[in-house]
Amino acid sequence: MKVNYIGKISEENLPAIFVPYFLESVHAGFPSPASDYIESPIDLNKHLIKNGAATFLVRAQGQSMLGSGITDQAVLVVDRSIKPTHNSIVVASIDGEFVCKRLKLKPKMCLMPDNPDYPPIFINHGQELEIVGTVTAAINKF
Amino acid sequence: MALALVDCESFYASCERIFRPDLKNIPIVVLSNNDGCVIARSTEAKRMGIGMGVPWFKVKKDFLSQGGEVFSSNFTFYGDMSARVMNILEGFVPEVEVYSIDEAFLGLDSLEEHYNLYDFSCHMRSLIRRWTGVPVRIGIAPTKTLTKIALNEVKRLNVPTKVHQISTRQEIREALVNTPVNEVWGVGRRLTEHLNKAKITNALQLAEIDPQHVRRKFNVVLERTVRELRGQRCLNIEDNISAKKQIVVSRSFGARVTDLKTLRPIVSNFAVRATEKLRYEKQKCSQVSVFVRTSPFSDHKPQHRGYKTIELFTPTNDTRDILMAAKQALLPIFRSGYDYAKAGILLSRFTNETTKQYSLFKDPNEPKENSKFMEYIDQLNNYETQIYFASQNTRSWSPMKQNMTSPKYTTSWYELPVVS
Repeated sequence: MKVNYIGKISEENLPAIFVPYFLESVHAGFPSPASDYIESPIDLNKHLIKNGAATFLVRAQGQSMLGSGITDQAVLVVDRSIKPTHNSIVVASIDGEFVCKRLKLKPKMCLMPDNPDYPPIFINHGQELEIVGTVTAAINKF
Repeated sequence: MALALVDCESFYASCERIFRPDLKNIPIVVLSNNDGCVIARSTEAKRMGIGMGVPWFKVKKDFLSQGGEVFSSNFTFYGDMSARVMNILEGFVPEVEVYSIDEAFLGLDSLEEHYNLYDFSCHMRSLIRRWTGVPVRIGIAPTKTLTKIALNEVKRLNVPTKVHQISTRQEIREALVNTPVNEVWGVGRRLTEHLNKAKITNALQLAEIDPQHVRRKFNVVLERTVRELRGQRCLNIEDNISAKKQIVVSRSFGARVTDLKTLRPIVSNFAVRATEKLRYEKQKCSQVSVFVRTSPFSDHKPQHRGYKTIELFTPTNDTRDILMAAKQALLPIFRSGYDYAKAGILLSRFTNETTKQYSLFKDPNEPKENSKFMEYIDQLNNYETQIYFASQNTRSWSPMKQNMTSPKYTTSWYELPVVS
């Protein structure tokens, strides 16, 4: 597997005491040549969250979305401000429970798991389905 | 000229429903600290006749037997949801005054020429609902006092959009005549009695009195109310930058506390929490007061109230200094042989964190000059770790009897809502 180095993680969001990367001493000598090149570090929140007020984190349970890369106990980023479309991964409430599935609008509307071991959920007459939000990312910890 | 008042409908009860889809249409009540009284009711619970502020034990049996759901208050969660709602409002409107955890005034003057304010508010409402799950109501009117009345009209007229605007003379008159005088903002119970004696029972009658006369007969506050009811703006949108003047942390205890060994750690917890708030406000304080009292309701038992203030020569926001002062204040007011029911700490006489005034004389309790230390503690405690000071009670924050609290859905990694 090939990986590309993206950059370092923002330290201001990490609660632990950190060591500053650039220590410039005041007393003498030539100032650090790196100081002009300091860019703000990569912030995971910025990467994962577009609309903070509308974003909630939830925990996935089970294997039904394994095909989409959502493992058991993954943390899902759910943005309630994004309107789901055909094939969006959504969090929906059905029969008083939250589920995470792929939304299919055609040929017949259903909530489709991404694992052949699980059956699709069709919405029966009288059943209430509410789409809570669109899943924009899954954080799997290894 | 238009302002708006946004109010979250049955806020705490609505919050409890956001991550519990199974509670749709189920009556919900939320209880005060220590599960004493009902402080929020869903529409269904209101319909069952559960009054605001009734002691829980009085309605418990009936409410539960009819399938109601009860929660202890979860202010961590409500606070986060409130911040989200306010955040969205601030994205829409340049002038937002957060008035309470579930209310905000909006200044719409600058938007009036570009938008139809009613449609604009409806759009804002549906967006807040979609993005957060919190249902809000919006009242639009020329003055703050009238926005509150516009909001009441939503309820009275059962407006399906939950948004109501009163702007023309006729609309305002119609709303005022239907508002009992005691529902006018700032008119309390005693004032209502006075006004009723003078045959003033609705808001229109109050609005029609000459303001000068009101000032002579009553006071300048009521005069302002009258002017506002007439559509003359006296109260403006206030920015929330104005710093707090004092910070109070106090609790009633779930179980009676009798000895210093139990009481001191509790007071220390209050001190730690209060100082966290102080640092959050970027202030330093130079006055620390502690109070303790027995329950006024158990009057067959000996009663005691104690209150003591400690002056600090140098303003501080270091928890260690406040803990020291809290101890100095508590020891002289504590007497054994009493059942304490409540205690608290009050920090006051604030100065801005960055200004520093040295005391003329050597301060025996010279504050710790190590602000980084407290910063790190705050950072750690904001995460999951809890760093305690030795004198704190580490098991529970205060001896509260609360066992029906919902998870901290939005603020704790360990309590996230689960989806399958």
